[in-house]
Amino acid sequence: MSAATDAVIPRILKTYEAELLDEWLREQLSTLRAGSKISESELRNQSREFMNLLQQATQGGNVTDVQGPSYGRVRDMLGDVSRSRGIQGFSPSETATFVFSLKRPLFSLIRKELATDAESLATVTWSASELLDKLGLYTTEVYQKRREEVITRQQQELLELSTPVVKLWDGILALPMIGTLDSARTQIVMESLLQRIVETGADIAIIDITGVPTVDTLTAQHLLKTVTAARLMGADCIISGIRPQIAQTIVHLGVDLGAVITKATLADAFRRALEMTGQRERVLKARG
Amino acid sequence: MDRIPILKLRDLLLVSIQVDMHDRLAMQLQDELTVKISETGARGVLIDISSLDIVDSFIGRMIANIAAMARVLDAETVVVGMQPAVAITLVELGLNLPGVRTALNVDKGMALLESATRDVEDLPDEDARHTE
Repeated sequence: MSAATDAVIPRILKTYEAELLDEWLREQLSTLRAGSKISESELRNQSREFMNLLQQATQGGNVTDVQGPSYGRVRDMLGDVSRSRGIQGFSPSETATFVFSLKRPLFSLIRKELATDAESLATVTWSASELLDKLGLYTTEVYQKRREEVITRQQQELLELSTPVVKLWDGILALPMIGTLDSARTQIVMESLLQRIVETGADIAIIDITGVPTVDTLTAQHLLKTVTAARLMGADCIISGIRPQIAQTIVHLGVDLGAVITKATLADAFRRALEMTGQRERVLKARG
Repeated sequence: MDRIPILKLRDLLLVSIQVDMHDRLAMQLQDELTVKISETGARGVLIDISSLDIVDSFIGRMIANIAAMARVLDAETVVVGMQPAVAITLVELGLNLPGVRTALNVDKGMALLESATRDVEDLPDEDARHTE
C-alpha cells in the first residue's frame, strides 16, 4: 500500500472529526434506542473519546497494526468500554457494534473524498474496514478474556471449597465430599486427607459422599485408592452417605467395597467411629 | 556400608529405617530380620518408616514380603508412620500390602502389637488364632 493512500484515513479522521462523530452517534443511537442499557451522554462521551484517541493513533500513518505501541491508549479505552458494557449486560456483538457502526459514516466520507479515484477508493476502504474490524474484534477478545478469568477463578474456588477436612472428635476426621469426583480432584482430596491424618494423628477418617451425585467405576476406584492409602498409613476409613441409587449402581458395576466399612449416614459412621476408638461410653457419660 | 539396626524390646523387635532404602539394604534387612525372629522367638515386629520419603515397587514388595515372612515365623508385623506421599505412591503402584498391619506412629503401633500378641496368648486353643 502506498504512503499516499495510507495518509488518507488519518487525514479524514483529523479533518472531519466533528462531522464523523455526529454521523456515528446518529448511527449508534438509531440501533441502541430499543434496549437503552446505556445513557446517551455516556455513549456520547465514549464515542468522543474513541474518535479522539483513534485520530491520535493514526496520525503516525499506522492504520494496520492495532497491536503496535501507538494504539496502546485506544486498546486501553476499548478494554474499559468492553468491561463496563459487559457489566451493563451488553452482549459481545453489541459491544463490537460500537466500533463496527463507525464504518458507514467513515466509508461515506472516504467515498466523498476519493470520488474521482476508484483505485485508491477501493484500497482505502479496504484498509479502513480492516482497521475497524481489528478494533471491533479486540473488544470481543477482552470480553472473552474477562469471562475466562471468571471461569478460572470459580474453578479454583470450587476446588478449594470441595476439600474441607473437618475434625469431628479426638482422633476422628470427616471429609464431606461434594460434586463429581474426577482424577484431579481425587488427587487433591486424597492428599489433603492424608496430610490431615498425619497432622492430627487421627485413627479414623469418615468419607461422606452424600454430595456426590453419581458414582461410576472410576469414582469408586478413586475412593478405594484413598481408603487404601489411609489404611497404609495406619488410619481406618468409613464411607458414609451412600444413597440407595448409588448402592444399586455400585453392586451393578461389580465394584467390591467388601473390605471397606460403609454406613448409610454420617451419624451412623460417627457412632461406629466412636465405638472403634472406645470413646462411645465416655461420650454417653458426658451427656448424662 | 549402611546397616539397619534391629532392636529387641522384651518379646518385640524394633526396626527403624532412617536411611535411604536401596535394594541391597532391603534384602539384607529381610535376611537379618528373619534370622533374628527365629533366634529370639519374638512375637511381634514393628517397622518404623516415618523417615522414608521415597519408595519404589521393589521396596514396597519387600515390606509386604517381610511382613509375610514374619507371619510365617509366628510374629505379627506392624508398619508405622508411613508418609502420605509414600502411601499414595504404593496405592498407585497397585501395592495394597494386604495382611500388613499399619499404625500412625510408634506409640499406636506398640499398642496394636501388644493387643494382637496378648489376644493370641489369652486364647486357650490353637484353632481360634485364625479369627483375626
